[in-house]
Amino acid sequence: MSTQVFYFVATLSIIFSLMVIFAKNPIHSVLYLILTFFTFTVHYVLLNAQFLAVVNFIVYMGAIMVLFLFVLMLLNLNKETEPVKSPLIKIVGLIAGCCLVVTLVGSFKAATITSPLILKNPGLGLVENLGKELFGPFLLPFELSSLLLLAAMVGAVLLSKRDEVEA
Amino acid sequence: MDTGFIIEKFILVAVIFGISLVVAMYSTYAERKVAAYLQDRLGPDRAGPFGILQPLADGVKMFMKEEIIPTSSNKWLFIIGPGLALLCACIGTAVIPWGSPMEIGGKMVPLQVADINVGVLYIFGVVSLGVYGVMIGGWASNNKYSLLSAIRAASQNISYEIAMGLSIIALLLMTNTLSLKTIVEQQHGLNWNVWYQPLGFLIFMVCSFAETNRAPFDLPECETELIGGYHTEYSSMKLGFYLFAEYINMFVSSAVMATLYFGGYNYPGMDSMAVWLGPTWAPLFGTAVFFAKIVFFIFFFMWVRWTIPRFRYDQLMNLGWKGLIPLAIANIIITGVVIAIIEKF
Repeated sequence: MSTQVFYFVATLSIIFSLMVIFAKNPIHSVLYLILTFFTFTVHYVLLNAQFLAVVNFIVYMGAIMVLFLFVLMLLNLNKETEPVKSPLIKIVGLIAGCCLVVTLVGSFKAATITSPLILKNPGLGLVENLGKELFGPFLLPFELSSLLLLAAMVGAVLLSKRDEVEA
Repeated sequence: MDTGFIIEKFILVAVIFGISLVVAMYSTYAERKVAAYLQDRLGPDRAGPFGILQPLADGVKMFMKEEIIPTSSNKWLFIIGPGLALLCACIGTAVIPWGSPMEIGGKMVPLQVADINVGVLYIFGVVSLGVYGVMIGGWASNNKYSLLSAIRAASQNISYEIAMGLSIIALLLMTNTLSLKTIVEQQHGLNWNVWYQPLGFLIFMVCSFAETNRAPFDLPECETELIGGYHTEYSSMKLGFYLFAEYINMFVSSAVMATLYFGGYNYPGMDSMAVWLGPTWAPLFGTAVFFAKIVFFIFFFMWVRWTIPRFRYDQLMNLGWKGLIPLAIANIIITGVVIAIIEKF
């Protein structure tokens, strides 16, 4: 049962991610991205990672995507104002795409087919266990990453402050 | 999964959905009556005795009005917007424990649709999704006032979500669980969380006002500046969906506040009542108490709306970022220190 659900949701994820790229309108792109994140939430639930699922739901779908939409609406991009892409960018895109294909083929070659839903440690995703892991063996990386976020936040505040003074 | 389980949950979902809609319907009536009372007027009194059929008349009017989709709008998103708003408003009721388990025909039936162990976070997820209905509708209308309203809604929602989350962390430090069922069970009798977390409750309540776009935080539909805000271009039942979503949101936030801080279905003297009423009727009485708390909070929402004037936009942002967030962080620190001291001795 859950294998069928996985394949169904995985197909949806791929379709929606493709739509993100192919949609002409940037707002539509963001809306498809929200749907993509929603399918990711379903994947996390299937993997029994409830905390990650709900945090993905709140942070990515509920906060970051709202900010994306906010910025796009504020800029109010439409077809007339869209910058014309130079051929250089197209060439760069082509090279990057080719690199991606090589990487993907390589990883497919290395990967062996396994059942998508075998969990080595099914209880790990629950809040309590995840918390114990984060604040036990992984305390240092956890605290370091929070420090990094704090630094980024202070930097962002500082940047916006400096603009205010100059203006 | 047996069939009985599915039928039981299905009935529960249907009942809760029906009740939320009826509560939302009569909230519109109550709002007008409360407003009338506070402004020394009579309010609606034509349809039926005391005007209690007014919501039905409003509903018929909404359905009968001509439905207009502006030619320059984005048609699909224009239709999806109100639907999304109503959907996000309704799904929050799934994790709220409406009563203690009730005995029906020798079987214990939990009065909660889903007891997921991240219930509090689920509520947050639903709340944070709620703004999409407003944003999509406002943008798809292709009207500058609607767009401004959508932008306001987004920034307001994001800002107050942070303070709301921080105020909840202090509560979670005490409860040690994210399951709403367990949180309610811990508040047996009069052992309510609000006695331990008064500041947290205050912050949470202010943020719920902002998240539901209720006055004094109703800047997205500030009619003196933005005509009607995000629903300027909407007519007929689509407008009705938006208005309805607001009232259902109010109902759900009231239920969440009552659950987290005011003991849910717990009340003083519930043990003797449980003996007296038996295992079938006592949980129902608890549910009635819970609804009394919810109705009080809904009344409070209305009371505030008709008492306090609307914030200015910069005041709103200042209150959120410079007032509530530092207060919430201080609350977390104080709670943490107190818990550490209690555990030490």
